[in-house]
Amino acid sequence: MKVDLTPIDAPSIKSRPVYAPLEARPGKLHVIVADCAGADAVTDMLAKANNRSEILGSAHVMYCPGPTGTDLSAKLEGLGAAQFFRAPTIPALLPRLVRVLSDAHMGTQFYLAGTESLIGQAEREIMGTGFPFASIQKEHRGSTLRRVQCVHCKGITENVATDPFKCSHCGLNLFVRDHYSRRMAAFQGVNIDAEDPGQVPESVVRFK
Amino acid sequence: MSLDFKFAPDDFGGFFRDETFRDTFTYRNSDPRRFPFPFDRDDYMYSVNMEPHVPGRKGTAFEHTFDVDEHYVAEMIDRAKVLAEDPLRCQSLPHMTLAGWDTLELIMETKARDYPQWFSLTKDGNRWHWVNRPLGIEQSFTFLDESTLPYPPFEYIMRQTQGDWTLQDERDGTLWMDAGIATSQADWSVDFDVGMNFMEWHAPVPLAHEKGVFERALKFLLKLQHGAPVRRFNWTMTVNPLLDTAPETYPKWGPTKTTITQENMGKKQHLRVELQSLYRLPRSNAIAFDIRCYLCSFEQIAEVPKWARRLHRVIRDLPVELATYKGFIRNRDAMVEWLSKYDDGTPTSPGWFPDD
Repeated sequence: MKVDLTPIDAPSIKSRPVYAPLEARPGKLHVIVADCAGADAVTDMLAKANNRSEILGSAHVMYCPGPTGTDLSAKLEGLGAAQFFRAPTIPALLPRLVRVLSDAHMGTQFYLAGTESLIGQAEREIMGTGFPFASIQKEHRGSTLRRVQCVHCKGITENVATDPFKCSHCGLNLFVRDHYSRRMAAFQGVNIDAEDPGQVPESVVRFK
Repeated sequence: MSLDFKFAPDDFGGFFRDETFRDTFTYRNSDPRRFPFPFDRDDYMYSVNMEPHVPGRKGTAFEHTFDVDEHYVAEMIDRAKVLAEDPLRCQSLPHMTLAGWDTLELIMETKARDYPQWFSLTKDGNRWHWVNRPLGIEQSFTFLDESTLPYPPFEYIMRQTQGDWTLQDERDGTLWMDAGIATSQADWSVDFDVGMNFMEWHAPVPLAHEKGVFERALKFLLKLQHGAPVRRFNWTMTVNPLLDTAPETYPKWGPTKTTITQENMGKKQHLRVELQSLYRLPRSNAIAFDIRCYLCSFEQIAEVPKWARRLHRVIRDLPVELATYKGFIRNRDAMVEWLSKYDDGTPTSPGWFPDD
């Protein structure tokens, strides 16, 4: 029972969550959560749906502008969903999602679209209630700014654009590891100058 | 309630060493020949290298299912210190309690069978009585009733068990790391990884994904049967006999990599071996993964001529990517220089074990 696997001979990193375009599915309730350019993913999905009016008739749409100011709320508000809510930020949106989840039954479809931060945090709330993984669709659109947990102090820095960056909690210089936790809804940040304090490579903008 | 150890170094004929894995670093192996040297040939290639975890040669780390060695008590004291400093190192999602009981049962039954002089377990239906003599613990409890133990079952038994452990729930055709403890880990975070599936927690490993390594490993593990555990090796390098090389504390221990010289190499540089074993659990159908860490200083490896020659060749010829991924590229050349003094070029015999 010996399994010999292929040797490793070059560095590479398999990274992030995989996202696919949203598609309309039959359901009793359609919970649509979006931010930033995620509004376009929602309208694209509805444009292709053959049960568009059925979905909108039982849809609860929650939206907030993106971290760089992109605000497409008018586009979603104009869809005529059964319920529409615009929040100013993700933290302001989540309590409403939690309340909706407390009444949601099996057969609910979830559509998450926009930044990884929004997708991750909404997914965490939904999974916490025990909804099956398969009922949650995710499409990444718009800003690629990252939400990063400092592995050292555990504080989360929102909207990280550069790599490396300074942890907004403990101040350590962190590089953004391509390692993502759905439970944290965050990527991992690791001290870059631990072995040579002060020798920090120049920051480059990797996420916009 | 808590778990107070009552340990006297002179007990059990002084078998359990009174030693430290921090500050004074008094850890050492009384007999390096007992160390599970991981290289069965003069070069190293990455592989899954699974084999049945069956009892092996007497007097080695493979003699019993769970190797309780001279470091047992000191490791448990070190673990208690790490958990006191950072309770996030032991986590179990709510649905994993049954798997925790399964693990507790596996460890208690196996240790009581293999080491009757140190551990005993008596059962009267679900009323169990556990005695752990090395740690001075005696506990009556009701199996499957959490309220009768001072900690949840997983943490309770982990505070008495060497090795880092993770418990994998099986659903949706994959494995989910939904419980774990890590106080002797090679740089991975339980707190970050708990809740991830098999592909997610392996994401940072270079290249293996693209070559289909993890798909095959997962397929293999999903077929794991109760009562037929498997094992494999992994290894890396650690400066000082530091068990707890956690990413959380990397800013504290990372700088020690810069302190290695030809003069202190023998004492400070340690080969770190993980003897990993996997067990299917009977009630929860979860898989328990034991990552048991062994440390041996270069100086002590050099006491076994075959190992010293072989380690020199393995480290010298290791692909640069692997030395980088394992975190010792900075000291690789210095290691090779130090080890070369013990390599006269004579051939080595096949297999892990020393020649004498």
